[in-house]
Amino acid sequence: MKKLIILIFLTSLISFSAHAGSEGQEELSKNSSSEVKDCFEGINRGIFAFNQVLDNTIFEPLAKGYRLLPSPIRSGTSNFLSNLSLVVTVPNNVLQGDIGLAGKNTARFAVNSTIGILGLFDPATKLGLNDYSKEDYGQTLGRWGVGEGCYIVLPVLGPSTARDTIGSLANYMGGDAWYNITVGQDTHYVSDFDYYASKGADGIDFRAKNLEAINNLEKNSIDFYASVKSLYLQDRKKRILNSDAIIETQDDSDWEEIETQ
Amino acid sequence: MHKKKLFFFLLIFLNLTFINKLFAIDPYSFVQETADRASEALNKRQSKEEKMEILKIIAKETVDIKGIGYYSLGAYKKTISDEKKIEYFDIFEKYFLKSFSSRLAEYTDPRIRVDSQKKLNDKYTMVSSTLLATDKKPEIKIDWRVVTKNPDKPLIIDVVIEGVSLAKVQKEEFSSIIQNNDGDINVLFNILKEFVDKE
Repeated sequence: MKKLIILIFLTSLISFSAHAGSEGQEELSKNSSSEVKDCFEGINRGIFAFNQVLDNTIFEPLAKGYRLLPSPIRSGTSNFLSNLSLVVTVPNNVLQGDIGLAGKNTARFAVNSTIGILGLFDPATKLGLNDYSKEDYGQTLGRWGVGEGCYIVLPVLGPSTARDTIGSLANYMGGDAWYNITVGQDTHYVSDFDYYASKGADGIDFRAKNLEAINNLEKNSIDFYASVKSLYLQDRKKRILNSDAIIETQDDSDWEEIETQ
Repeated sequence: MHKKKLFFFLLIFLNLTFINKLFAIDPYSFVQETADRASEALNKRQSKEEKMEILKIIAKETVDIKGIGYYSLGAYKKTISDEKKIEYFDIFEKYFLKSFSSRLAEYTDPRIRVDSQKKLNDKYTMVSSTLLATDKKPEIKIDWRVVTKNPDKPLIIDVVIEGVSLAKVQKEEFSSIIQNNDGDINVLFNILKEFVDKE
């Protein structure tokens, strides 16, 4: 019931955002810099500030500590988490109609889970099953043509959109096999702790890989909140387009009226 | 006599065309050369401040700072007066050079391999490159938007890292500041000045 209420609330955010975008010239000019509406900017900024405190006091120190671990442990952890993410990627490949890619990723999961000892090693890449790119239910909704809706900053989890948040709820409704066998059902082999520990490790692994880049961005931004929002939305756009061709992801109309030197 | 004149003008015309092509700089080579210059500066055993000074010189020669400044203003570029524009470009150049050099000076031994180029139109060419992987970091795709309006002097106007346009990030940052201060562009000027003056 709780999940249903959240789902209805988030769906309403998508429609609210669409409505906000059509409220005349004043509203349009306010949002002209970005296609995605920041419907609750005040609240978002508050949560963003809270997340920054969490990051400074917990995640950044943990990421720094994680960095001190020997390289094989870090790459093993990273490989394990990447392999685990395939249980969400493969169904999304199918939902997006990328059947060939779903097959390739299934083979990748099979090879790395067995020969690669539960995904700690990555022999699949050496066998030519490379270029793995994560997919999630938010991306699938994007591919199906669902708009982003309002931009949202989630406590702890960080930037998202109404669409991506709805998409991530699918993980808790049977769409994530790892969640199903840890939290969803009592299998006696793995528990809730394993699920939440893997999510925490994923966050720390990401932070450790981007330690300098994030700190550098924070130090040199004059509005860090706006920078993170722009980075997140551009990155999601690229991921949904599934394109490496940069020209397809860039809006050239932005550059038409530039007076150059 | 007329034939001689015609021949003479034809010769000059062909020469000028040839010379023009000879001196036109290929965006592909231009980006590789610029990346190599920056990489060399970052590899020198110097303080961060000294590296920043070299990077600023490179940026002044190879980046269309005015173009980026103009783009970063977004819709506001049409609403501010010419006087304000002059004031803006003056602050923006100082802000950009400090922000750019400070961000880049943190990196050591970056190796960039230019892979390909695609001409978008007469004004812009997109050059694709790869920041090569190290033991600690995976490889990163970097694309460069190069202004080729003057083929003799191409200039970089945007850097797109793994699909994220840095010029767009900056534009949205500026826009956010102006919007949150009731459209008062002076607040943005003050924040840029504060950034420039910050130690």
